[in-house]
Amino acid sequence: MEKYHSEQASIVVSSVSKSYTSGKTVVKALDNISFEVEKGSLFGLIGPDGAGKTTLFRILTSLLLFDKGKALVDGFDVISGYKEIRKRIGYMPGRFSLYADLTVQENLNFFASIFETTIDENYDLIKGIYAQIEPFKNRRAGKLSGGMKQKLALSCALIHRPSVLFLDEPTTGVDAVSRKEFWDMLKGLKNKGITILVSTPYMDEANLCDKVALIQSGSILNIDTPHNITHTFSKTIYRIKGRDMQALLLQARQWDFAEQVYPFGEYHHAVIRQQSTELHFPEGVEASRIHPGIEDVFIDLMRSHDQ
Amino acid sequence: MTNKAIIVEKLSKTFNGFKAVDEISFEVGRGEIFGFLGANGAGKTTAMKMLCGLSMPSSGKATVAGFDIYQENESIKKNIGYMSQKFSLYEDLTIRENIRFYAGIYGIRPDIIKTKTVQLLTQLSLEKEADQLVGQLPLGWKQKLAFSVAIFHDPQIVFLDEPTGGVDPITRRDFWNMIYDATAKGITVFVTTHYMDEAEYCDRVSIMVDGQIDALDTPGNLKRLYQAESMDQVFLQIARKAKRTE
Repeated sequence: MEKYHSEQASIVVSSVSKSYTSGKTVVKALDNISFEVEKGSLFGLIGPDGAGKTTLFRILTSLLLFDKGKALVDGFDVISGYKEIRKRIGYMPGRFSLYADLTVQENLNFFASIFETTIDENYDLIKGIYAQIEPFKNRRAGKLSGGMKQKLALSCALIHRPSVLFLDEPTTGVDAVSRKEFWDMLKGLKNKGITILVSTPYMDEANLCDKVALIQSGSILNIDTPHNITHTFSKTIYRIKGRDMQALLLQARQWDFAEQVYPFGEYHHAVIRQQSTELHFPEGVEASRIHPGIEDVFIDLMRSHDQ
Repeated sequence: MTNKAIIVEKLSKTFNGFKAVDEISFEVGRGEIFGFLGANGAGKTTAMKMLCGLSMPSSGKATVAGFDIYQENESIKKNIGYMSQKFSLYEDLTIRENIRFYAGIYGIRPDIIKTKTVQLLTQLSLEKEADQLVGQLPLGWKQKLAFSVAIFHDPQIVFLDEPTGGVDPITRRDFWNMIYDATAKGITVFVTTHYMDEAEYCDRVSIMVDGQIDALDTPGNLKRLYQAESMDQVFLQIARKAKRTE
């Protein structure tokens, strides 16, 4: 088996395209995607449902053939080297995919034995995560709560000490507290040298990654560190607040210096037209300039991409 | 006729000695957007099922749309709408068929269904796609359509269970616009979400911890009370008190 020389990159995706036919229409799930993930880094695919994230995961885990391009994982081609790849990766799909009628411990034992290892051999790697569900080790997996299922699935994906971990939307539908805990666990795994590719529809989670790709409708809109993505954004954004937020939204959309106005939690965000010099906010409107966040950038990229 | 859409008094639900919902009390005003927040496993789904007339409480009282949840749960079902991220429309029916199916279930007259279907398709700009299978639509469109279908029969209250999970940031905002339009028509909105910026769009928010309502107020008052800058921080402070392991 040919192993490609790759000192730094753990995942290399080069001009990958994949289309599906659905009825009479052809859907471009991935349209000429390229990116690299550095060894030992935490890389985030940030985008909504239907962006193509799951298709990309299935390609990189050697479960799906694609139309064009090339992809390497841990130095092996995902097509010719699929057997090697499957030994080296851990994959946690978006949908719960463990055996519902096996117990927690039986599931973990099952995955360990498939990879010809044991729970004991790799216990140190999963300890921080598995210890939290170990009190329920005799409970059937189907009877676990969402958060516990997630921890079990992650333990099973790690039991053979993979070098690359693929996590497809691990935090979707998960509450804010558990989401924070989950990201802390990922940081711990990264510190143990595991490369992690994780996808999420939550824009705020982008800041927890070393590097992110913003993805929408099968295309990558931007790839960079979260810091660079927000700091190289050239447009000016003000947050505005008024007594009647609904009325303010409609009013602000008529301002000639505002290119876009959209709700953003407690405030609305107004994207200022680039040539505007003087900004006259009506009386009673509280306005202050802010640093854009990932979600602001994403919204802007989505709009320019659609045009 | 009261101006309250929902009145809940010491409502509880116990499963084999486990208090999933533990004496919760609150009221929701007509036309209000009420955010029903809580960590996974706090008891939100159980509470919502009782309010929708799908599950009998163990104790306590509640009226929804003026109907008693013990005696008149069938009337409740007729007067509310429901939509969730997990289940909303039939993927292998077309848009038009889904509308006709749900409208038919609520007993709307065929001629009214026809007129309103045309209106709805125009509003959503889905005229061309009307005969496409729902399964082929992008998630954002599906969710907007599902919401429109959930209020097609002009219910007094609509229950939305994580309606925007996984939806892109522009469509998520379009969705909230539709929620505002619904409240302008007098529909009361009862909504759960994991997006804390969306908690800010609610008139009032309750946060459940271990089966009980731990906080209930406007987003502004909650932020003052917990000396927090955002609802995200409020939520983290409150939800971290949870002792239940789901």
